[in-house]
Amino acid sequence: MSQKTVLSVSPHIHSGRSTAGIMRDVLIALLPTTVAGAIIFGARALLVVALSVACAVGFEALFNVLMKKEQTVGDCSAAVTGLLLALNLPANIPLWQIVAGDFFAIVVVKCLFGGLGYNLVNPAIAARVLMLVSFDAMISPCMPTIVDTVATATPLAEGAHIVPLYRLFLGIYGGTIGETCTLAILLGFAYLLFRRVITWHIPVSFIACALVLCFLLEGFDAYEAMGQVMSGSLLLGAVFMATDYVTSPVTPVGRVIFGVGAGLITVLIRYFGAYPEGVSFAILFMNILTPYIDRLTRRHVFGKGGKTV
Amino acid sequence: MMKLFSLHGVHTPHKKDTAHIKPIRMAPPTRVVLPMAMHIGRPAEVQVKVGDAVCVGTMIGAAAGPVSSPVFSSVSGKVVAVQDFLLSSGATTKAVVIESDGEMTVADAIAPPVITSREALLEALASSGIVGLGGAGFPTHVKLNVPPEKMEYLVINGAECEPYVTSDTQTMQTRGADMAAALKALAKWLGARRAVIGIEANKPAAIAAMRALASELADVLALTVQVLPATYPQGGEKVLIYHTTGRVVPTGKLPIDMGCVVLNCTTLAAVGAYLQTGMPLVEKCVTVAGGAVKHAQNVLVPIGTSMADIVAFCGGYVQPPHKLLYGGPMMGITAPDDSAPVLKNTNALLALTAREAKMPKATPCIHCGSCVNHCPFGLAPFMIATALERRDATLLEELAVMTCMECGCCSFVCPANRPLVQNNKLAKVFLREEKAKEGGQK
Repeated sequence: MSQKTVLSVSPHIHSGRSTAGIMRDVLIALLPTTVAGAIIFGARALLVVALSVACAVGFEALFNVLMKKEQTVGDCSAAVTGLLLALNLPANIPLWQIVAGDFFAIVVVKCLFGGLGYNLVNPAIAARVLMLVSFDAMISPCMPTIVDTVATATPLAEGAHIVPLYRLFLGIYGGTIGETCTLAILLGFAYLLFRRVITWHIPVSFIACALVLCFLLEGFDAYEAMGQVMSGSLLLGAVFMATDYVTSPVTPVGRVIFGVGAGLITVLIRYFGAYPEGVSFAILFMNILTPYIDRLTRRHVFGKGGKTV
Repeated sequence: MMKLFSLHGVHTPHKKDTAHIKPIRMAPPTRVVLPMAMHIGRPAEVQVKVGDAVCVGTMIGAAAGPVSSPVFSSVSGKVVAVQDFLLSSGATTKAVVIESDGEMTVADAIAPPVITSREALLEALASSGIVGLGGAGFPTHVKLNVPPEKMEYLVINGAECEPYVTSDTQTMQTRGADMAAALKALAKWLGARRAVIGIEANKPAAIAAMRALASELADVLALTVQVLPATYPQGGEKVLIYHTTGRVVPTGKLPIDMGCVVLNCTTLAAVGAYLQTGMPLVEKCVTVAGGAVKHAQNVLVPIGTSMADIVAFCGGYVQPPHKLLYGGPMMGITAPDDSAPVLKNTNALLALTAREAKMPKATPCIHCGSCVNHCPFGLAPFMIATALERRDATLLEELAVMTCMECGCCSFVCPANRPLVQNNKLAKVFLREEKAKEGGQK
């Protein structure tokens, strides 16, 4: 035998899972939401999505080139950030604001902190919050284009009861591109669970906590509580934004704490805060707590400290 | 006692295509290389010199102290060299090289041992050359030398959770009689009353064979067959004890502290064979597999046969191997070429293709938690990695890195392909050194 073989320490096989594969799965899971957004809000929604993804990927590529770093856009995480940000924007937003948002998300929040895995908060959430406090367009809702009814204001500003539940489920009401269609978000959630990209802990505890609190605050009115949960960006946030690996806890217990905390803050802001919507602030806040949650919710180590149970 | 929950693990591919092929005995090779350190403990002392004639079963290395094991010639022929041998640990030991005459003449002294007492059995085992054949190579007579009242459970390892490897499966399917002989002796002389064998669910034939054995031995001892989920690493010692007896062996303790003695099923069969024939451990059943080998199968080989000879017997390579492994793909050791011999505790020789051993590019940790949630012992490898980077001994201790059994689940599942178990190994070494320093200061 003359040819050389590879010497390395075990293990010698790998599961084949990869960061890029996981990010591709997230993109696939967001497809129903994107399609629903395009149907509900028209072609301009697609323009917003396309521009945001292009900007996010472009900024990361450019940053890597200018900083002479290894090119990382192949891991698809920039595309995910760009798409998530777009789905959190109203379809009628001025295009330059999208560029500004993506710049903040990718360059400031992600790349300057060291790139994927090193960002402290979810880039898309941080950018959404920045845009929310900076731009008018984020607050005035964008109306659906597929119905010519008096589609009303966002349910959250006026009280959920003004939009019937079936319209909340299908997403035919005012809001951002990706947040309105409950059905599409649930399809994406099912796909992520099926592919084992995420576990149920964060979305379910987030939504359940919000549901219970709304039920209590609405005076035990289940219909109102359902309306609250299905409107605004609660579902989109709970399924796709709060489950971002980098900025959420790793253990099941930690994830439940994260979800309950986010649900609690969301409801507090919605009912008692100055803003009609609190999902982004809630997730941002829990992102910052994540390292501490991780530290406090480590798994019990088998046989540690001489314990036999 | 039943376990409260199952320990985590990973779904590795099984690839146990060789499980149904009956092992074939290979013709003696032209030469064998027998290192004096094929076990944990002090290396054996060479008893022969160049030119000596030896037979199958002639002692060529004598045990050096209580925790050691003798080495026997596995072929008949002539000693042609006594040379230095580099072990996979990096240490050097002596090795006896024997040129085979092809006759396989058995040494005159070989006769079944006469066992009349517990001491006689342990003494016989001490001179049998039998060590833990599942991998660690701990001398069996030392492991069994425990007060009878402390050995509540004899746990037999038939899990064989490593992909590709089927030599233990072959043992359970074909060497029931040897295992029975061993269990009878352990029951009679060492007071073993309760035995449990853990077997992964993907070995139905072995499970059936062991159930038959259990009913055959019903009036000798209570042997139960525990079917384990077919996930890696069911064969890890502490994992196996937990899943078969419900007992937790704490970090830093031995199985016997929790009333358990663990023997690999092939070790048990070797004990039985020795008690019946008196032939010491000179032959091993090894699984030869991997995409680069022509005929994957189990082969009975004299210990000391080189991988090259065995692969040639299996039809040679169909393509240049990317990695050569002694052992399974999750915990096995790579070799630079196929010249190294089969040792007492070698259970598989794998020649993997580049495709089989493909490792994705390492990228930054994305904090997905896969390593934490797949660790059988609940460790947090990604935290250990940063703690090691910071040389933080206190944090490493808090993270209980010494509990790590180095099974490799974390690295296997990591989507960023971080070297996690590799880091854990370094962290353990670092922590040991730090503790030694501390001890020195006091």
